[in-house]
Amino acid sequence: MCLGVPGKVLSISDDGMSAQVDFFGVQKELRLDIVDVPVTVGDYVLNHVGFAIRRIPPEEVGETLALFDQILKEAAAGDLMAEDVRGEMAAGKGGGESGRG
Amino acid sequence: MASPFDELKFRDPERARALSGALAREVEAAGRTISLMHVCGSHEQAIARFGLRAAFPRNLDVIMGPGCPVCVTDTPEVDEAVALAAQGARVCTYGDMLRLPGNSKSLADAQSDGGNVEVVYSVSQAVDLARQRPAEQVVFFASGFETTAVATAAVLLSGVPENFSVLSAHKYVPAAMDVVSEMKETNIEGFIAAGHAATITGWGIFEPFAARTRTPVVVAGFEPLDVLAAVLELVRLVRARRPEVMNCYPRCVSKEGNGPALEKLWKVFDVVGGNWRGIARVPRGNLELRSEWDHVNARRRFRIDTAAVGGASRNVLAEHCICGTIMSGLAKPSDCTLFGKECRPDAPVGACMVSSEGSCKIWHVYGGPPDLREVA
Repeated sequence: MCLGVPGKVLSISDDGMSAQVDFFGVQKELRLDIVDVPVTVGDYVLNHVGFAIRRIPPEEVGETLALFDQILKEAAAGDLMAEDVRGEMAAGKGGGESGRG
Repeated sequence: MASPFDELKFRDPERARALSGALAREVEAAGRTISLMHVCGSHEQAIARFGLRAAFPRNLDVIMGPGCPVCVTDTPEVDEAVALAAQGARVCTYGDMLRLPGNSKSLADAQSDGGNVEVVYSVSQAVDLARQRPAEQVVFFASGFETTAVATAAVLLSGVPENFSVLSAHKYVPAAMDVVSEMKETNIEGFIAAGHAATITGWGIFEPFAARTRTPVVVAGFEPLDVLAAVLELVRLVRARRPEVMNCYPRCVSKEGNGPALEKLWKVFDVVGGNWRGIARVPRGNLELRSEWDHVNARRRFRIDTAAVGGASRNVLAEHCICGTIMSGLAKPSDCTLFGKECRPDAPVGACMVSSEGSCKIWHVYGGPPDLREVA
């Protein structure tokens, strides 16, 4: 539960309270009530238990994504870190799973 | 343009070797064993998973402290959740909590007894369940440190249906650092604080702790180089006797943290004293709903009869469990006679073998400290 997982904002709800976010090919709806700064489409955010907790500054997006992509790619079944990452990814609402992109 | 996935600069073996060499020189120059503690399951995962203990010098101990919110959830708190399920409420909780042992039963046991227990990934899902089942009482058994408590606070502030309530087992990390640093026998000289938790609280939160206990704190990320660099900086602060807070994770953590989130947290929660499983009573260690939120506090809404589920059966195995000693930094998982034998992830005796953030489970999955350096 210490890890937030990065995803890309695809769209934002009309009331501005939630966003559709892509996590490595899995789409989820995240709540925006506790994100540190307003987010717009195309931004990357860290997800913790279904809530965006931080907008990732654009210059840090690359390395943040690389870490998580690598964790998911290297992880054999039963890897605890990958398990936690997948848990966070499952935390949003809905689930248009399009496979890992 | 290079794909972002090529930017693995936090894994560069050259830089790792350089950091590891510098670390060895610092510790050797200290001329004694230095013990550091981290308080985050994800840090232990990173250290074990990437085999970082092999890159630490022999005279450096990096110990996992009470960094697993599930592990420190006390037995009576589990009993309350089990009792609520037995009394007919639908109890929702995060997956790791399911098999956490109570006095005689876990929530998984409550489920097999016919209780309604649901695993959710988010507190929002528990609220949705309450909306879908207006005739039921839905209780969210909330675990996690302050970062996770912010999400619980946010759903309460945005309004929940009448049949929804919260049983809080949320914990506040800085308070536990105080308790561990006061245990003289642990001899911890520096703390590594968790990166993503500090995203919310900011690193400034550790300044009073560092000043009061004269113990330096370094905030670290989760990449191998993040951890190595943070450990090196922390050893330098220890040697220089500079009880300061250093942020080694600036790409995620600011001094102030996430202001709006913190405002929500303290609107809903207050710190109260509470027992942390196996460790101690931690003054200001628990996050409980403020009295304004009594109407959604399961402890106020229901008469919770834990005596009915406690049972008198004596758990002989559990008496040998040393989870509390491990989380206080006084023993390692491999010091426990049950580790990997009677106590395994498929049949956990102690809390540290239950959660993916528990040190026993992490050592069981990835192996403990490598023996390589012992023969070098």
